[in-house]
Amino acid sequence: MKSMLEREVSRGDDVSTAELLRELVEHLRQHRTELREEWARRITEAKVLTAMTDAEIFAEATSVYDNYVAALETGTFEALQTYSRNLSERIIPRGVETHEVVGIVLLLRDVLARSLFAKYQTDFQVLNRILDAYEPAANRIANTVAVGFVQERERIIRQQQEAIRELSTPVLQVRERLLILPIIGVIDPQRARQLTEQLLHGIRANRARVVVIDITGVAAMDSHVANHLVQTVEASRLLGATVIVTGLSPEIAQTLVKIGVDLGKMNTVGDLQGGIEEAERLLGYKVVPTQEVQSQISAYREES
Amino acid sequence: MPDQNPHDDAEFCVPVSSVNDIVTARMQGRVLAEQLGFSSGEATLVATAISELARNIVQYASNGDIVVRSITNGTKRGIVVVARDRGPGIGDLKLAVRSGYSTSGGLGLGLPGVRRIVDDFQIVSDRQAGTTVTVTKWRS
Amino acid sequence: MSVPILKQAQYLIATIQSALSDEDLLALQTALVEKVGKYRSRGVIVDVTALDVLDSFASRTLRDIAHIIRLRGAETVIVGVQPEVAFAMVQLGITLEKVSTALDLEEGLAYLDKRLQHARAEH
Repeated sequence: MKSMLEREVSRGDDVSTAELLRELVEHLRQHRTELREEWARRITEAKVLTAMTDAEIFAEATSVYDNYVAALETGTFEALQTYSRNLSERIIPRGVETHEVVGIVLLLRDVLARSLFAKYQTDFQVLNRILDAYEPAANRIANTVAVGFVQERERIIRQQQEAIRELSTPVLQVRERLLILPIIGVIDPQRARQLTEQLLHGIRANRARVVVIDITGVAAMDSHVANHLVQTVEASRLLGATVIVTGLSPEIAQTLVKIGVDLGKMNTVGDLQGGIEEAERLLGYKVVPTQEVQSQISAYREES
Repeated sequence: MPDQNPHDDAEFCVPVSSVNDIVTARMQGRVLAEQLGFSSGEATLVATAISELARNIVQYASNGDIVVRSITNGTKRGIVVVARDRGPGIGDLKLAVRSGYSTSGGLGLGLPGVRRIVDDFQIVSDRQAGTTVTVTKWRS
Repeated sequence: MSVPILKQAQYLIATIQSALSDEDLLALQTALVEKVGKYRSRGVIVDVTALDVLDSFASRTLRDIAHIIRLRGAETVIVGVQPEVAFAMVQLGITLEKVSTALDLEEGLAYLDKRLQHARAEH
């Protein structure tokens, strides 16, 4: 039996996209159970979402289906995006990947499209109009879900990287009251900020009185990062620690002077070893030069 | 700490006319920042910026207000602080914001410093309307 | 809320509570000057552990306190600046230059002891 809308279209009446969408949403809701099962079956067949059990897939499938249809009905996609991100947050830790998510949404699109084919196949005109309304909306849905998933994935990756950075603290305690912070490679402003925070917390935790910041491994330093270095030295001082900077290349020294740093005021030593010795001196550890130790040992041997 | 529902737009306004209001404004700012999921260190930066801006109001304009509200931009969440006063205005804005500028006695407006710790900094100032400083800090 | 000031041998220890108002800071300045004179203290420790924000006003006042105390013949050490507060301060360009700082009360006392030792040795 033809619906009112089908009769209107057959007559050649002007029918809006909204009305068309309402009609097909009605159909998709009516046949919800069977279409959902069909979809879940095809997901298993395609061997995607292998990280999840059939029961889990089915449970999620229900809410995905409902959200899909709701988006078709309202024509708005914010709710769908939020739902997509929440869903992604749940399934990403299970190991689900982007292509799998895109795959299953497209599968749903196709399952529903075929269902529409089947229903309206007798009237080519109606079928055409219905598909014209359905296709752009369905594609927009697929896009929204995919974007939501990717955004969530990126957020999680950022979070994990953050956690890794926190764990691998580069602040080393070599002696009591003495910390070493070797900085290596390219430092972006965010990393610089993080290093400073880690150093300051390290100073408090280790009750350090002297810190040696070694920048031998730093290739180049722009004025932003150079400023950061100066700020780190000043902040350390506020926590009662003296900072010795070692490994200053002539280029970096130039950058520092250019941003207005008085190198005379900054405590700098040529290399890390020298910096550590200077630090030990400041801390009151008696540092005996290697040569002297050797001659002492020789003298001792000769005596015995 | 549970994040605040992103669909809630939190906002508060503190009228600033005495030095006690500075503490009120920055404490509320810290609380809001932490509710929005800012780290403790970032919340300290927000509170310190509010403290400086509120102090400027008290010192140079005798009264005004501080409005702090949450802001969302796609996936980013942040905080906006608007410091408004109807004071005498700042003569040379470029100079006031440039690093190294300070009025006599080392009592600078602290604006270059505030600018360094926020992600976005806007200032409008003239003799009739007073001064409005708007700063934004995004949660990392 | 007034800041409690303890006398420990030849030192004074002022422990600042959080939510310190401008008035409290200025009152602290007056109280310290008075007590340094009264007890002939050689050193003052200002403990800011509880301060969650150290803005330009607080920084200036602490510098003033150190300056005035020095004129009275005593040395001031600021202790307990929190890592996050220190970070915010340097970003803002607030320094406590010319004011001695130490990690905490214990370090602050050790610092003062050493300074006084040197001072005595010079005489």
